Amino acid sequence: MAGQIFAYIRFKDGVPDDSALELVAAAKKIAADASVSALVVGSGVDAVCNEVVSSYQEVWKIDSDALAYPNAEMIRKALINILPKDCILLVPHDTFGMDLAPGLSIKMDSAFVADAVDFEGLEGDTLKVIRQEYGGAVTTHVNCDISAGAVINVRPGSFPADESKAAGGAVVDKSGEAGDMAAGRRYLETVAAEVGDVDITKEDVLVSIGRGIEDEDNIEIADDLAEAMGAVVSCSRPIVDAKWLEKSRQVGTSGQTVKPKVYLACGISGSFQHLGGLKGNPFVVAINKNPKAPIFQIADVGIEADILDFLPELTDAISEQ
Amino acid sequence: MEILVCVKRVPDTAENEIEVNSDGTDIERDDLVYSVNEWDNYAVEEAIQIKDNVGGSVTVVSVGDEESEEVVRREMAMGADNGILLSDDAFEGSDGKGVASLLKAAVEKGKYDLILTGAQADDGAAQVGGMLAAMLDLPYASLVNKIEMIDDQKIKVGREIEGGNQEMNEIDLPCVLSIQTGINEPRYVGIRGIRKVASVEIPVHGAGDLGVAADSVGDAGAKVKRLDYFMPELGEGAEMLEGSTEEIVEKLIELLKAKGGLK
Repeated sequence: MAGQIFAYIRFKDGVPDDSALELVAAAKKIAADASVSALVVGSGVDAVCNEVVSSYQEVWKIDSDALAYPNAEMIRKALINILPKDCILLVPHDTFGMDLAPGLSIKMDSAFVADAVDFEGLEGDTLKVIRQEYGGAVTTHVNCDISAGAVINVRPGSFPADESKAAGGAVVDKSGEAGDMAAGRRYLETVAAEVGDVDITKEDVLVSIGRGIEDEDNIEIADDLAEAMGAVVSCSRPIVDAKWLEKSRQVGTSGQTVKPKVYLACGISGSFQHLGGLKGNPFVVAINKNPKAPIFQIADVGIEADILDFLPELTDAISEQ
Repeated sequence: MEILVCVKRVPDTAENEIEVNSDGTDIERDDLVYSVNEWDNYAVEEAIQIKDNVGGSVTVVSVGDEESEEVVRREMAMGADNGILLSDDAFEGSDGKGVASLLKAAVEKGKYDLILTGAQADDGAAQVGGMLAAMLDLPYASLVNKIEMIDDQKIKVGREIEGGNQEMNEIDLPCVLSIQTGINEPRYVGIRGIRKVASVEIPVHGAGDLGVAADSVGDAGAKVKRLDYFMPELGEGAEMLEGSTEEIVEKLIELLKAKGGLK
């Protein structure tokens, strides 16, 4: 196979992201005996390096005051200078990975695969990758020619964390080789999400609505059910894009992370970005008129029905109890 | 401000149930309704608003077959001034890099201050904008949900990041931005708008016009190739409640009570 495998470590406040150990498992799925190294890039990163060093053969760090905020435009320049051309780089497919990786693959003249959910083996220089299209409605096999290296974005949560900590590597300081990182995009500030009228992250029961609600006027159907159940209404992204509910009501990686006991997914197809905001293993009831909606794959209980008909029936029955 | 917006014609997932065809070579394309990729539509709306605000022009470009002309025309009906179609049998089977290299050639035939793409399309890859920026050596920002003009040298952009937070950046022009849904409210395109641009000529550029070697794009140039479509075996999935609506409601209420879903 081609060269070494690297995993890009995302972290926050000195703590590695869950993906840090998921990428160990992902790399082993590509090649069981691969030597896998971690990349830790930022300012004051020793704590992060120490956290992951037992899981990787080597930890390459770039430590620079200029990287106090992870500006992908700057980090891309540094990585081009330190990475071997024919390596395989795994990056979490999150808002940073999407920013960094496609352009990096061009600069390294490597192949690029986005949002990989699994690997099905390496034959010669051909890596077979599994990914999804159409919001998870269909799955595909993709062949990737890794002869000149590859940058692969891996979906967070799609590999189990490898807790073996069996590598026991060393930290290698690459800061001196990072070169000039000045970029045409400069970070200014982070604007925190607006706090809404309700805090869906603290609710035990959520009635969550998606595209299947069809019209702003129909939201009262969900309101009525939530009131009858003693629950609160949350939603998926299209409802916020349409400005029918506030952003603070949105469940998903770009919205709120919720940990309810019971989650009613009403007319929600179940994209990975939405499910990424649903934690704590709740009891999930999916109601959708499309029997092939991906949400039925992860739900505990499914009902094939049009929510506009079904939710009022459910509300009436609960109110009569 | 001269703005180029890259758009793609895709099956409309709000109008269709996407399924794998019988031999797994493609999705089932019979009776599919197509439209402009939702993210791209937000990008065109944003471009038109910027033009209305500071002047300039909006050009829409698409890589695709002849039928992609309809989405270019639709976006012109929205208010884009010019349309370009990049179409050639040699482009078929292009991977993300192939599409980006075609768009690069189109960008270099004009002079643009701002190049917009949708943050992602039907294949969920979110790759073309970043690749295009790297090929052009221009600054890039993905998942943009806010654009503010500063002056003719730079703009301020907000990126959507985890948890509903927004990362604000200053970025030099020219630049490439990928646009996230929700950045604006795309205007409705009526039948009158479509009629107005019905006879506007949309130039079609092939490999020769773009100066792109045919074997560097399409299937021949692709390092990443889709082999098939399939439906994975994903354990048991949900227990489907069956019966009359009344029976289903009754079962569900029992389950909700047991799981603490009813107060």
